[in-house]
Amino acid sequence: MEIAVISGKGGTGKSAVSAAFATLNENVVLADCDVDAANLYLIFNPVIREENVFVSGQKAIIDKDICTNCGICMDYCRFDAITENNGEILIDETSCDGCQLCARVCPVEAISMIKEDKSRLYAGDFRNGKMAYGRLSPGEENSGRLVDVVRDKAKELAIASAIDMIIIDGPPGIGCPVISSVTGVDRVVVVTEPTLSGLHDLKRTLEVTSNFNIKTQVLVNKYDLNETMTDNIEAYCGEQGIAVTGKIPFDPQVVEAMVHCQSIVEYAPDSEVAHVISKAFEVI
Amino acid sequence: MERMGLKIAIASGKGGTGKTFVSTNLFNVLMQESVPVTLVDCDAEEPNDREFIPGDNTNSFDVTQEVPVIDTATCTFCGKCAEYCQYNAIFFLQEERVIQVMEDLCHGCGACFVACEYRAITPKESVLGTVNSFQITENTTLIEARMKVGVHSPVPVVKAAIKQAKPTDLVLMDAPPGTSCPFIQTVNLADYVILVTEPTPFGLSDLKQSVETLKSMGKRYGVIINRAGLGDEGVFNYLEQEKISLLMSIPFDREIASVYSTGKLLTNEFLEWKAKFRELFNIITAQYGNSSY
Ligand code: SF4
Ligand code: SF4
Ligand code: SF4
Ligand code: SF4
Repeated sequence: MEIAVISGKGGTGKSAVSAAFATLNENVVLADCDVDAANLYLIFNPVIREENVFVSGQKAIIDKDICTNCGICMDYCRFDAITENNGEILIDETSCDGCQLCARVCPVEAISMIKEDKSRLYAGDFRNGKMAYGRLSPGEENSGRLVDVVRDKAKELAIASAIDMIIIDGPPGIGCPVISSVTGVDRVVVVTEPTLSGLHDLKRTLEVTSNFNIKTQVLVNKYDLNETMTDNIEAYCGEQGIAVTGKIPFDPQVVEAMVHCQSIVEYAPDSEVAHVISKAFEVI
Repeated sequence: MERMGLKIAIASGKGGTGKTFVSTNLFNVLMQESVPVTLVDCDAEEPNDREFIPGDNTNSFDVTQEVPVIDTATCTFCGKCAEYCQYNAIFFLQEERVIQVMEDLCHGCGACFVACEYRAITPKESVLGTVNSFQITENTTLIEARMKVGVHSPVPVVKAAIKQAKPTDLVLMDAPPGTSCPFIQTVNLADYVILVTEPTPFGLSDLKQSVETLKSMGKRYGVIINRAGLGDEGVFNYLEQEKISLLMSIPFDREIASVYSTGKLLTNEFLEWKAKFRELFNIITAQYGNSSY
């Protein structure tokens, strides 16, 4: 069984919920797919057993010795990555999308492509099972594909160690990485906050999940910071036929737990937060 | 008079740390002093600055890219286009004579058009998102980048939104979260970057990554700590050690959280915060003024 925990925006407590889910059961595989800001390893301090290079893309570079500065490549590049400065043709690394078209059209083959290979995929053991996570190097793209790779690794670990529960901590947003995180999972848990923006983001997120026909449930975090807004969220979910399976109160212990490298379930098992999260997990 | 043509990005390693909160309040205090300022909401996946800043929608346009349409009657199934495509956006089975463009994966790079020798490919515009402009007061504007669900990257929409801001103006950019491509594309255009973080181990880890990235780009930056009081000393120690400027520290306070949750601005509710955000801007222009610019 694969459960994905996602949220419209980051910082809604999504990772805290994933961490709690991961420590409720004896054996789980935890897949940290928030590859832009993979954080759960900070709490679980896994023993890394495997480290793999993830090639996220490529960039074009010009060999100045061969280039005749004819400017043909500049005419073809659709990402405004090639510019001319005093008759010299230059590629801006930041803007280059790696499509390789310039290299194909250059009449003297002055352009070559270099791989972006600074991103990593890690797999290892943590106190409650196995863990897989990715780290996208700053500025690199294709986090959707890295999410796929992390999930594949998690499945491989699950099969190898006969664990049947995979918890996916998904990335924020509504783009490609989120879609990669929820495609084909059994359950999606959306964590939101009782703010106007939270409601707004929730709507966009549910737009994504509704395309996939996956059983979805909502957790409202820090619900007591604005109970009117919590009511609005519940009403909205009701209209959409989506269950709100937990309302988590604000509790400074959630942050304290994190500071102590523990999940809230480990740090304060008798707190209401821990109870609400366990209940929500039971529903699944 | 404020220095003209200054671009400030407000960013954070992760979303939800208070980036929107800082952007909208800073915009608000400058607006109240009649400073001509444009706020660009570059968080195209979940833009919500406009919930805090009401204004009339004066202009909207679609951001599109050119994607290929393959005429299977003309196509010889040679496969060259699929070979040229670096994004696996052309699904091709030679023996079965199947060819299909997957628009969600297409980056609109144009390589397949160049590849095809049989004139089987024609272009079509496909929508990536919209850019919406809102007139807030006479000389202040909010520009919003809004990506379509499931599009491969928010970058084209973000770039189009930033282009709408007058280069001579003071521009605030609410940057996309993370440190990947959309973040870089936004801060790359900024003269100064405000990093918003939380005083937790998560916050510290994200902050370090953002700082490393900005250093390598040679950007000027400072840090705002949000929800101070929760968490630990890690972030504070790091800033001191690295001699990074702490621009402001916003305590965790139920009242602040509740003002935010209803879509109100702190700087409209509390005079003391209005003064603090004004001071924030002064600190930044002072730091920026020392630069070689
Ligand atoms: S097409 Fe080739 S030779 Fe011409 S400017 Fe570009 S890199 Fe140089
Ligand atoms: S690889 Fe593509 S995006 Fe990069 S410079 Fe060449 S044509 Fe432009
Ligand atoms: S335009 Fe570029 S990305 Fe799109 S299908 Fe053609 S080659 Fe692939
Ligand atoms: S390159 Fe042109 S002819 Fe060849 S498979 Fe592609 S569309 Fe068909």
